[in-house]
Amino acid sequence: MYEGRYSMNRPDKESESKPQLKLEFKIGEKDFSVAGDAASKVKKTLQQLGLKPEAVRNIAIIVYEAVMNVIIHANYGQLKVIIVPDKVVVLTEDTGMGIPDIELAMKEGYSTAPLEIREMGFGAGMGLPNIKQCSHKLNIKSQVGVGTVLEAIVYLSSKN
Amino acid sequence: MTLGELVILLGFETLTGDVNLDKEIKSGYVSDLLSDVIANIEENSIWITIQRHVNILGVAKLKEIIAIIIPRKLELEQEVIEKAKSEKIAILRDFRSAFEISGLIYNALKRG
Repeated sequence: MYEGRYSMNRPDKESESKPQLKLEFKIGEKDFSVAGDAASKVKKTLQQLGLKPEAVRNIAIIVYEAVMNVIIHANYGQLKVIIVPDKVVVLTEDTGMGIPDIELAMKEGYSTAPLEIREMGFGAGMGLPNIKQCSHKLNIKSQVGVGTVLEAIVYLSSKN
Repeated sequence: MTLGELVILLGFETLTGDVNLDKEIKSGYVSDLLSDVIANIEENSIWITIQRHVNILGVAKLKEIIAIIIPRKLELEQEVIEKAKSEKIAILRDFRSAFEISGLIYNALKRG
């Protein structure tokens, strides 16, 4: 499921479907407020579009955690949220240290966040597990010393 | 039960004036790990935490948290209080521990 090769291309062809609505945010280094702001804006937009509360909740969590990961571990990056009729794609691309072992990073409680970040209540090793739990599909491509591309997909069935 | 009723009943200190005192409290959550709060708190809740940096407001806004309660009379920066007021998130403070505060709120909400 996880590939080590890094590419600036989107890791999943599914996000090539015709976008209906696209939200984009720039993510700067150590700018923590952008995570809450971006997640709140995405949540509001999805609510206005009439998505089911469960889907809105899951997508908001994915956005918050994915952006936090970029802020904590990378130099800078961007977030794209692509809303098409049957699904929502959350995509973050960053320039940074990359993830040496994605399987290990997916483990709950595993964290490489620095101490001062952990003291603030971030970096508890719950980010990626939270994202996985909230998405139907998760693709991560990373290259050490270059950066990481994360794509999480939430399908919008009649149920959600 | 509204936040205002809870404040009067349990004698919490309000740091953000009358912000959200009319809002109905549905539930509560106690945690200092932001990912845990993001994943598990219900909307319209009270959040008890010792975290006092400005990023708690981002979490509160996202999860539509009505009030944050700071235990053990811990100090808060004025900047955080001002931002909470403008974001319409109540910040309360109490001399008791998180354990005692959550017990009191739990019982109060259960009684309705």
